Amino acid sequence: MWSRIVIIASRLRFALSRQRVDDQVRREFEGHIDLLVDRYIRAGMTREEAEAAARRQFGNALLVREEIYDLNSALPFLDTTCQDLRYGLRLLRQNPTFSLVAILTLTLGIGANAAIFQLVNALRLRSLPVEKPYELVSIGIDQHGKGRVGRGYPGGRSIFTEPLWQEIRSRQQAFSSLFAWGKDAWDLSTEGEVVAARGLYVSGGFFDGLGVRAHVGRVLTDADDRKGCGSPGAVLSHAFWQTRYGGNPDAIRKTIMLDRRRFDVIGVAQPRFFGVEVGRAFDVAIPLCAEPLLRGAQPATGRRDAWWLDVMGRLRPDWTVEQAQVQLATISPDIFRATVSPSYKPDTAKNYTSFTLTADAAATGVSNLRRAYATQLWVLLGATGLVLLLTSVNLANLMLARATSRGREIAVRLAIGASRGRVVRQLLSESALIAGLGAAGGLLLARWISQTLVRVLNAGPAPVFVDLTPDWRLFAFIVASAFVACMLFGLGPALTATRRDPATTLEPGGRSSTDGHDAVAVRRGLVVGQVALSIVLVVGAVLFGRTLRNLGAVDLGFDPNVLVASVDLRRTAVPAEARTRTFADIVARLREVPGVGHAAETLIVPLSGADWNGRIVRGGVAQEGDVHFNEVGGSYFRAMATPLLSGRTFDDRDRPDTPRSAIVNETFARRHFPNEDPIGQTFQMDMPAGAAQPVYQIVGVSKDAKYLGVREERTAAAIRFSAHESSAMFLPIAYLAASQNTMAPPDFRIVLRADMPPSSITRALTRAITDVAPGAAVSYDAIAKYVDALLVSERLIAWLSGFFGALATLIAAIGLYGVMSCLVTRRRVEIGVRMALGAEPRTVIRMVLADSGRLLAVGVVIGAALAVVASRYAASLLYGLTPSDATSFAVAIGALSAASLVAAWIPARRASTLAPAVALRE
Amino acid sequence: MAKGTAGDRRDVLQGTLDLMVLKTLETLGPQHGYGIARRIEQMSEDVLKLNEGTVYAAITRSGRRQLARETENWSRIAGVMARLLGTAERS
Repeated sequence: MWSRIVIIASRLRFALSRQRVDDQVRREFEGHIDLLVDRYIRAGMTREEAEAAARRQFGNALLVREEIYDLNSALPFLDTTCQDLRYGLRLLRQNPTFSLVAILTLTLGIGANAAIFQLVNALRLRSLPVEKPYELVSIGIDQHGKGRVGRGYPGGRSIFTEPLWQEIRSRQQAFSSLFAWGKDAWDLSTEGEVVAARGLYVSGGFFDGLGVRAHVGRVLTDADDRKGCGSPGAVLSHAFWQTRYGGNPDAIRKTIMLDRRRFDVIGVAQPRFFGVEVGRAFDVAIPLCAEPLLRGAQPATGRRDAWWLDVMGRLRPDWTVEQAQVQLATISPDIFRATVSPSYKPDTAKNYTSFTLTADAAATGVSNLRRAYATQLWVLLGATGLVLLLTSVNLANLMLARATSRGREIAVRLAIGASRGRVVRQLLSESALIAGLGAAGGLLLARWISQTLVRVLNAGPAPVFVDLTPDWRLFAFIVASAFVACMLFGLGPALTATRRDPATTLEPGGRSSTDGHDAVAVRRGLVVGQVALSIVLVVGAVLFGRTLRNLGAVDLGFDPNVLVASVDLRRTAVPAEARTRTFADIVARLREVPGVGHAAETLIVPLSGADWNGRIVRGGVAQEGDVHFNEVGGSYFRAMATPLLSGRTFDDRDRPDTPRSAIVNETFARRHFPNEDPIGQTFQMDMPAGAAQPVYQIVGVSKDAKYLGVREERTAAAIRFSAHESSAMFLPIAYLAASQNTMAPPDFRIVLRADMPPSSITRALTRAITDVAPGAAVSYDAIAKYVDALLVSERLIAWLSGFFGALATLIAAIGLYGVMSCLVTRRRVEIGVRMALGAEPRTVIRMVLADSGRLLAVGVVIGAALAVVASRYAASLLYGLTPSDATSFAVAIGALSAASLVAAWIPARRASTLAPAVALRE
Repeated sequence: MAKGTAGDRRDVLQGTLDLMVLKTLETLGPQHGYGIARRIEQMSEDVLKLNEGTVYAAITRSGRRQLARETENWSRIAGVMARLLGTAERS
């Protein structure tokens, strides 16, 4: 033990005084050799002979010195690595332009990759910040491809009715705890304009089941969630508590207004807990039992055809997901039989009772975003992967050029006894430095990019929440991509550079071999690879750019510059039967507000995501295919600037006591009344069992307009009726008269066309509305914003891929420029001879350009083939063009070729201005 | 590196140099590299070709090695060699 310490101490001492020790060793060697020389001279040799013999006898002094140096080092490996890194740093500093370009391109490559990976990580890989997330299982319903029945509340994923949830809870055995939640948006304001908060109705076991504790106060428990609980306590999310209450612990003694009802704040959930749905954080959670109180006249609780809950459970310790699945399948028939809604017709009920419950591991939570953005994220990850590959290839090219120009130095190193491995390691250390610095830059850039991406995605009405705190996966990803890149661009050149025989390189006049022919061949190959990769990226950029342009140019069927006012009468004194009247009064009053052109009430605002669909009945037969409905006031078509093609709009003739009128769009007319005049025709609306099917008479036909989205993809091919409809991309819509509705819902929207900016007019609008209906809750939006939100992912992809495409073009041009310059330098003598013999500068330029053209052509052909394959994966993201759209390919190839030829022209020009006399003298 | 002039001289076997250096130091007491090289030259009677620089590396290494252990190591290997050669001769 003691001797060990002594050894280490002596080594450390040596390590610290190594320079001095090395000097001693060198002096000792010299003395040794002098002694030998003396001995040989005494034996009768001349001084030269003696010195040569002595050196021969002594052997390679440098190698031994190095060995002794290493032996004296405390950690030999670390020592040489440090040495290499110092050397690498010196090289980087010596060549700042190269270093900067290398590190910056790598930063871009790694940063872009890491940013997209961070989103993938947040959406798909990260576990929920709860206790033992791997035990969580999300319950679903396998509908065996037959579709859901009944109505759902807005919110997207929700898949259970309240009676179903009660049944499952009472019959299941696989879970130690089972909990449900429903999503809603609540108004935090006390009067006038709405302040929205993201709300969760949670079952009593929600927090306990997830193992989420209170940060302040307490969380909700089973005791809070009892039927008829009235106005129970509310739990805030940590983030909401921070932003709205500034993290003040006194918040739990206060109350909070939700949809104009007062709730006691009882606690704040633990930090970082955002709910169980990735992409949608919550602000406030209240027990399920409070739903009837908030939703008022039409509660979903107890209803067997209102789908608004999600269910998740925590597995019992010895159960697996498969066992849970089997158990759920066994109890499914009983559960569905017990919860058939009386509103279902026999065939619907039969369909419903055949459903099966499913169980899926849910450690990473549930998410709508996952499916919505899956293709986009993979396409982006693929594109950034290509960018990184391209960056690496370009760097490999640059490194190869440098290694070649350092050929003599490397040859010297090899000649004086450095092993090839040692030299490769030294060359690699420079690459490792570049990769390391690039990775560090990438980490910073990734944070910035992914935050920007999320901000752009948040342009929509429903803010997206993704947790972007870096975790070990991100670091592992960055380290791995930096390592792979380093190997890609560092190892090849290092191996190539050390393969050559030092003897030939060092021969006098051996300059041509320092520009080894094999290295140039490799570099030409790399340029072809760069061009090919760039073509893929540029084609992608053009395709996505044109998709965005096509979508922006789509005829929506209305003018989107429309202000939307949402009015909620639930907390007013207006009785249900007077609502229709009140809405009409509000609209009439709003028209008098200065600046307002047209105003009309509407149940559904197009492109807002709301939907009301069903089937129509003609001659007692339900017609194939969904029809979308809306309920509007008479000025709706004026306000939206959707022209009426024939007939009339709704007016005083359409009263509750007169026959019901409808206005249909072109697609509806074409589909259901081909070859006849739809005006005057009647149809019935298909209704749930037990309800009368009202009859509507068509009084007008309007121009087609979008309803759900800009692409209107709901029009599945099977539902399109005729060939000339395939490009129309409009849904069949039937507008009903708002004035004839005797049971209007408590909330309604009003579309307004104003000739003033919305912000300057909303105050007057709110006053006008609350004048007519005191206590009404009002919020504002704009259809143009919905359009933006619908196109946000397209815009994002177009921008990003455009950026990647430009970057790719630049990198490919740099690559071609580099190789052509190198070739021109190598062929100086040849070009000089040609020019001396009378070649015109033009011929020389043509010669160099032709050579570049060949590389370019090969790259373009390979790249185009790759792009055809790659773009097929992005087909679902395109609009108005096919993945192998000829124009887009032509544009991409043209742009890249032009940029590359400009890059090649510079060295070509230089070659043509060569003075033959100078070139030949070398 | 340096090409051997006499065909019958052998390079010093890997690992044996350290033992030689240690043994020399034991026999002659503290010595410079030159002295050790001369001693080995003298003892080897021109059978061994030695790059004398390597003696210094061996000296540096010997700071961490012990004669007893090196000797034991060598005996073990020599024993193996002897047995191998012995069997070879018998068969």
